[in-house]
Amino acid sequence: MKNRSLALQIGLTVLPILLSLVITTLLILAVGSDPRAVFQNVWEGAFRDSRAFAGVVNFWIPLTLCSLGLIITFTAGLWNIGVEGQMAMGAVFASWAALSFRLPAPVLVPVEIVLAMIGGALWALLAGVLKTRLGVHEIFGGVALNALANVVSIYLISGPWQPPEGGSVRATPPFPTDALLPPLSDEFKVSLLALVIVGVVFLAVVLALRGTRWGLELKATGKNARSALLLGVPTERSALSAFIACGMLAGIAGSYRVLFTYGNLRPLVSGGIGFLGLLVVLLVANRALWAPVVAFVFAAILGGSARLKVAMQLDASLAGVLQGFLVLMALLTNGLRARLTPPAQADSRDETPHRSGETFQPITPPSQEIKAHE
Amino acid sequence: MNIELRHIHKRFGPVHANNDINLTFQGGRIIGILGENGAGKSTLMKILSGFQSLDSGEIWMDGQRVDYTGPEAAIEHGVGMLQQDPLDVAAFTVLENFIYGQRGGLSLGRKAARDRLKEISWRFGFFDLDPDTPIAQLSIGQRQQLEIVRLLSQGVKTLILDEPTTGISAEQKVVLFNALRELAHNEGMTVLLVSHKLEDVIALCDEVAVLRAGRLVGTRAMPATTRELVAMMFGQELPPVKREPVGEGLRPSPTPAIELDRAQLRGKRVTVSELSLRVQPGEIIGLAGLEGSGQEALLRACVGLIKPQAGRIQLCGEDVTGKSYRHFLRCGCAFGAAGRLEEGLVGGLTLTEHIALVNEYQPVVDWNRARRLTQEQLKQYNVRGRPDSRIETLSGGNQQRMLMALMPPKPVLMVLEQPTRGLDVDSARWIWQQLLERRATGTAIIFSSPELDEIVTYSDRILVFYAGRVTEIPDASRTNIDELGRLIGGHSDGAAQ
Amino acid sequence: MNNELLNTLNSIVSNATPLVIASIGETLTERAGVTNLSLDGSIILSAMVGFVAALASGSALVGIIAAMIVGALVALIIAFAGITLRQDQVAVGFVLTLLAADLAQFLGQSYTRIPGPQILSSPLPVFSQLPVIGPVFFDQSIFAYLSYILIFGSWYWLFRTRPGLAHRAIGERPETAFARGTRVNVLRYVYTAVGGSLVGMAGAAYSLSVKAGWATPPNMAGDGWIALAIVIFGGWHPFRVALGAYLFAGLRVLATVIQRSPDVNIPVVLLNGVPWLLMIVTLLLVSSGSIERLMHVLPRPVQKWSRNFLRSDPPAALGTRFEPD
Repeated sequence: MKNRSLALQIGLTVLPILLSLVITTLLILAVGSDPRAVFQNVWEGAFRDSRAFAGVVNFWIPLTLCSLGLIITFTAGLWNIGVEGQMAMGAVFASWAALSFRLPAPVLVPVEIVLAMIGGALWALLAGVLKTRLGVHEIFGGVALNALANVVSIYLISGPWQPPEGGSVRATPPFPTDALLPPLSDEFKVSLLALVIVGVVFLAVVLALRGTRWGLELKATGKNARSALLLGVPTERSALSAFIACGMLAGIAGSYRVLFTYGNLRPLVSGGIGFLGLLVVLLVANRALWAPVVAFVFAAILGGSARLKVAMQLDASLAGVLQGFLVLMALLTNGLRARLTPPAQADSRDETPHRSGETFQPITPPSQEIKAHE
Repeated sequence: MNIELRHIHKRFGPVHANNDINLTFQGGRIIGILGENGAGKSTLMKILSGFQSLDSGEIWMDGQRVDYTGPEAAIEHGVGMLQQDPLDVAAFTVLENFIYGQRGGLSLGRKAARDRLKEISWRFGFFDLDPDTPIAQLSIGQRQQLEIVRLLSQGVKTLILDEPTTGISAEQKVVLFNALRELAHNEGMTVLLVSHKLEDVIALCDEVAVLRAGRLVGTRAMPATTRELVAMMFGQELPPVKREPVGEGLRPSPTPAIELDRAQLRGKRVTVSELSLRVQPGEIIGLAGLEGSGQEALLRACVGLIKPQAGRIQLCGEDVTGKSYRHFLRCGCAFGAAGRLEEGLVGGLTLTEHIALVNEYQPVVDWNRARRLTQEQLKQYNVRGRPDSRIETLSGGNQQRMLMALMPPKPVLMVLEQPTRGLDVDSARWIWQQLLERRATGTAIIFSSPELDEIVTYSDRILVFYAGRVTEIPDASRTNIDELGRLIGGHSDGAAQ
Repeated sequence: MNNELLNTLNSIVSNATPLVIASIGETLTERAGVTNLSLDGSIILSAMVGFVAALASGSALVGIIAAMIVGALVALIIAFAGITLRQDQVAVGFVLTLLAADLAQFLGQSYTRIPGPQILSSPLPVFSQLPVIGPVFFDQSIFAYLSYILIFGSWYWLFRTRPGLAHRAIGERPETAFARGTRVNVLRYVYTAVGGSLVGMAGAAYSLSVKAGWATPPNMAGDGWIALAIVIFGGWHPFRVALGAYLFAGLRVLATVIQRSPDVNIPVVLLNGVPWLLMIVTLLLVSSGSIERLMHVLPRPVQKWSRNFLRSDPPAALGTRFEPD
């Protein structure tokens, strides 16, 4: 009996991976390509040599930062879809510093990163205030603010930030070297500073959620804002602080894209990494410890499939298809697991950021009454 | 219609809710189903009306064995049940609600339905059911009337009513009882009344069946005295709750616990104007009234959850008008809302996390200390649960005791919305014991309840709300349930003053 | 009335048509208590499938039907995950939003920017001769005519028929629906699929008519989110939802008109932000908090009227689960 349920648990963990691989294989066949060659290309694209691997790490850094930020907002019960825009605003603020300040690198880089955090936090705060004060659900506020962040960055690129002699409408001029994060080596182009930041952020998020009053208040707000308020938790402040924290991390992620990956500001600078972070968090069911691991797998898929276009004339959106099916199948097998295992066991796994069965009310968030009183 | 229940069994996990019940109900009679909370009476009625399936047993109607699943099938067999919170749709109009569930073609047939609604409702004296009013604007009493009309229109021959007199006014009760007598005695229907209110049962029923702990204790014909019925329900007579009258050991303090000065409070449906109230330390104020008559606005204003549109509020002499709920908490208020898991407890958090939320305020939480404190509190408040269990795994009574443990030990003022809602008699008595102990140390208490007997029993003073108007009964010991029932229905003339 | 104005109005109606179809579809789904958040993705996927199917078969009708099937399938995944597997509808819907868009891009990669069938406008006899209304509403494609039927049909269904009562009841209070003999979860599946198929039809309306063809990035990206916002703005009522779609399309067309006029000097890129600002503003307007704040400044006689007009209560059981017994 015990063996059977263990086998069931293992089966249910492997099942989504298997299913999504099978479906993706079928889809590759459907567009007339060779699945083996595709998977081999993706693998090589990610792990062929240190350059390819550096590409993966360069996706992993911003993706992990976003995922950790999103774990904070999910804990507070918030669907921070606006994370993409927060990345973009972080990138914009960092670019502003990079283009306008003439400072030595040791001063300029921290200034850029701090500004990026402020930019991301402000954009997140906007979504937060729209939700808590003005009753606009964060999903809709977030989607709109994402688009608006893009509009802002395209406007800056094509207008004010063009050099007076005229330039490209597709990107700002390259930033001066002092403004950029230095790579570890020419072979392995990854920023050491960014790796250190990711490590510190990871520890801080894990510890803050486990052991601090702030984390406890976030959790209470996320599970039941009404009750939390009645127990004396400042729920609105709690929700806004989660937005700000996530915005700051997304801002760093955005700055990494402009200060290291690209070396200038481009339209759609976030490149879908924020959305991917949401998928990561759904897949790890809001457990911070697992976020870097799953983020690495996703970064490898993403980095690896960049090669497909050149090598096989295949659209790189295959990465999104594989990742999407992984998360979809994981959610479905979660449901299956809950049906197949006795409630007591299922209960302990119910750490999902989204309590199933929770009312989704697009215009009257649960905190509707609360903010009117605070 | 004659109904016979044979050997009905129903289990919920370890609980044997119905244990070999055998009962016969005769047409043309009103039968009271008695028993304390958890005795199994609701389960039995839900089985009869199709809301719950039975584990084993048989239902016979007029000598025929019947077998059905689902409330709709029960209605087709002529059995309809009126739930305590009537099962209607708030967003529908009266007419839509009346039509929904009845057979017919694609079209609503609104004209014919309108006529039929009027015909049936007038026959029973339900004169204020306007077909075009949304359900959300009706009182519980009116919604009950609509449900009865609808069930009758669907050809029900046996009508089950679950606690129908909770939350309705004295007039609505009179209209309801007359209608039920008419249905049973003149039209030959079977009426089953589930109630724990003995005075209702004595006033209305022809016979009673008493359940205790899932078993049938017995049946008897009425009339019977309250004392006899209590003995059947509990197997013994309950000692009355000890209560010290106000002022004993407490001198009236110069600063009241809370004082409202000509406050204007906007509730969900009504606005209460020019309300002035002084509550002394150690005083218990009971708020009576139909749901949404303004009492919930006063309760919430007393803890800062709604702000007065005019007037002032003082707590212990400090002006707190317009201050936040958290400020009221800091001033020594405690608030308990009616829905425990929705308002007050956080489903998904453990007991320790709850205790930490109200005790551990430093930036880093000391979980060891919180766990020790939790263990102490669980013992002191007799909560059955482990520190690491999640709050939603506790039973209703344990949740209510946990809520008590989360409140500050010596608050200046406790504001409680329906403090014993959904609790069995024992748990309710335990809660009041706790409250009376705190009151003895000088805590003032303001509470509301749909149960008029609870209000009469425990209050020093009573405020009666009707459509935002407030009538005060300065001495609760000089009133009774009948008078309160008239007052909550809007009869203020000749009232207590 | 001058011709240019009529042309503008006509293009507003044709631009609004996919939005109307999609948001009416979502209204039907949400009225049954299920949230299909995947609109932005499923519109893109069904647009691609509709275009390819029409291209391959040479029949626009086949394209429309294929698109509707795709929309219904995506919706059924949400119903299955939400109802049968008890997962969060928002989470599954969001994943599908991204997945469907990527899937469309991947599977449609060899069909980008190639000419294909397009459904042109065909004036409706008699009706198109009406003054003003004729050229604006009845010189349109078949999709527009279908959308008119949908607007009135869904209103009639929801508010004037017996099954419509049950439809609304399962989204408002499933316990009551169960007690009155309605099969709550079966109907939730049905209406989710029906709503999803309309979302699919909206996809076909883009790729076969309004923005004919298939391209990456898809040129209707973002409109799914706008349709979702319109449902909220429309208070889940077909007439108001349709009004919201026309208003939205109107303001969008207005923005391009302004952009074209020579004496206005706004950078084109900023105008791209207009729909999104509008989305925030409309949602702000119907949120209960803002209504109350608005009440304080409005003159008394308009208060009640505008409160009733702006009020937008979601179906009470939206996004919740129901399990009998």
